[in-house]
Amino acid sequence: MIQVSNNPPSLPQVLSPQNSAQPLGADRLHKNIGWKLYLQTVIARAYPRIIGQQREKSWLFFDILLPLLSVCAYVFVYQAIDAPDDYIGFVVVGGAMIAFWMNVLWSMSSQLYWEKEQGNLALFIITPTSMMAILLGMALGGLLATTLRALAIILLGSLFFNVQYAVSSFAQLFAVFILTMIALYGLGMMAASLYLLLSREAWHISSLAQEPVYLFSGFYFPIKNFSFWISAFASFIPLTLGLDAMRQLVFESGPSLGFLTVELEIIILLILSIVFLFAARLMLAHMEKLAIREGRLTENRR
Amino acid sequence: MQPVNIKTTKNNPSVFSRSFRVAAWLGWQIESNWTDPFLFAIYSVIKPLAGAAILVVMYSVITNGNFADPIFTYIYLGNAFYLYVGAVMSGISWAVLDDREHYKTLKYMYVAPISIPAYLIGRGVAKFLVGSISVFITIVFGVLFLHVDVDPAAIMWPLFIISLAIGVVMLAMMGLILAGVSLLIVNHVWFIGDAVAGALFLFSGAIFPLEVLPVWLQPIGYINPITYWLELLRRAMVGSVAEAFPTFQNLSNQQLLGILIGLTIIFGIIARFLFRYCEHVAQERGLIDMVTNY
Repeated sequence: MIQVSNNPPSLPQVLSPQNSAQPLGADRLHKNIGWKLYLQTVIARAYPRIIGQQREKSWLFFDILLPLLSVCAYVFVYQAIDAPDDYIGFVVVGGAMIAFWMNVLWSMSSQLYWEKEQGNLALFIITPTSMMAILLGMALGGLLATTLRALAIILLGSLFFNVQYAVSSFAQLFAVFILTMIALYGLGMMAASLYLLLSREAWHISSLAQEPVYLFSGFYFPIKNFSFWISAFASFIPLTLGLDAMRQLVFESGPSLGFLTVELEIIILLILSIVFLFAARLMLAHMEKLAIREGRLTENRR
Repeated sequence: MQPVNIKTTKNNPSVFSRSFRVAAWLGWQIESNWTDPFLFAIYSVIKPLAGAAILVVMYSVITNGNFADPIFTYIYLGNAFYLYVGAVMSGISWAVLDDREHYKTLKYMYVAPISIPAYLIGRGVAKFLVGSISVFITIVFGVLFLHVDVDPAAIMWPLFIISLAIGVVMLAMMGLILAGVSLLIVNHVWFIGDAVAGALFLFSGAIFPLEVLPVWLQPIGYINPITYWLELLRRAMVGSVAEAFPTFQNLSNQQLLGILIGLTIIFGIIARFLFRYCEHVAQERGLIDMVTNY
């Protein structure tokens, strides 16, 4: 039974002249500054990414099962042409890593464009916090959710096709994965700042960066099959070297099909991580100023 | 002034036709006018060629570039025509999310005197046109540089044109089913049209014969209309390659065409009722103007 209070707060209590002069509860409001505010922003932006999707479970079907079936199709192509067993593992691991590329493309790079279209970007800019923290929160939230998806694809794909792994170094594998993710999301943050200046073309650029990157980053085959210079150019995208190193570390035939040695790939990934994160910081500051100067933060060129 | 009976107006053939035409024009503008024609043409070509190149490299790595084998032509043509599947299905289903969450116009569409299914199918026309260019260029590239065995003089053009036309209608019906589902779900990272097209890749015999699938998965391929559509297109273009694989050896072209028409009708009926049902649920739950962003 619903209980109704006999003593509701009177109007003057709520909107007294004294209260209307400053926000309600202002004396109790604590505002973080410095690294605490930075951390708070990161958590706040990561929160909807992690919690939001738990409220609508259809992603389990659309983001895990359907991409897994697509991965299976490429596995059956290899089976149809009698490829060695390790290639099936290459496809499963590559298919799982596609989830990260999709996340960086659509939920990092083009996210600021999407926020602009929805009217949130101006709110982000006027908020007294760091845009870098907002992007970092976006990245961490997306990374966690995408890792779950990628793990599910690897687990189910490996069980379904009986993929045999022979991990030579867990420490190196962990290092490669972490560095690849840092560099990849650093690249995503860098691209996000570029997208501040873009309008509808942002959407198409992201769309264009799907299949060509699947091809040149070797999601379904070792990049050693390309010439050195094509592979070297493709290594600008951290997933290229990350995938190559992971395959070398988890498959028996991996080292013979590797583009560079794992040690060298780890060093390059480390350099890419530092460069991309640093560049993201610089570019974000520059692009934000440029976008404000040119009045592009709230434009909708539809 | 008499109030307009929207329900009646929506069932009017002229409204259906007008909704389709205007939506097709609108879809084309959205797809193409974000850049100059040259850049748009490059953009339209790079994506499909890169997709085809993935399979070419996979095949080449394992067979050391033995492109003369009939399986290569089978894979290449299947993959090329499959571009239509992603284009039409995602073109129609994406229009729901685009209008609902990007342009925020879906609610206005629902109060306008138009036919929503016709509007959505019309929005898919632009992607169909771009897809047609991509299919053409992919096949020409294969014939010129990869020894794909297609002889224009030997193509059975009537069978090809009829199969293609029926297939496009079938894909539009599948796209409408996805559009209905899109009305009920949030905006995901994976686009529903592309994700479903990617999944059906497995069950359509597009890039490997159905016999390669485990026996318990093969029935899904046999109830999938795309399987019959691709077989007909392959037979129309390169009869000898289609004959090299046993999947439908016992069926004539007329029988395949009959199955394709039958399945298209079934999918048309499912699309009509499912879309109507999803639309009703979306209206009941207040999802027509939902915006999701995380």
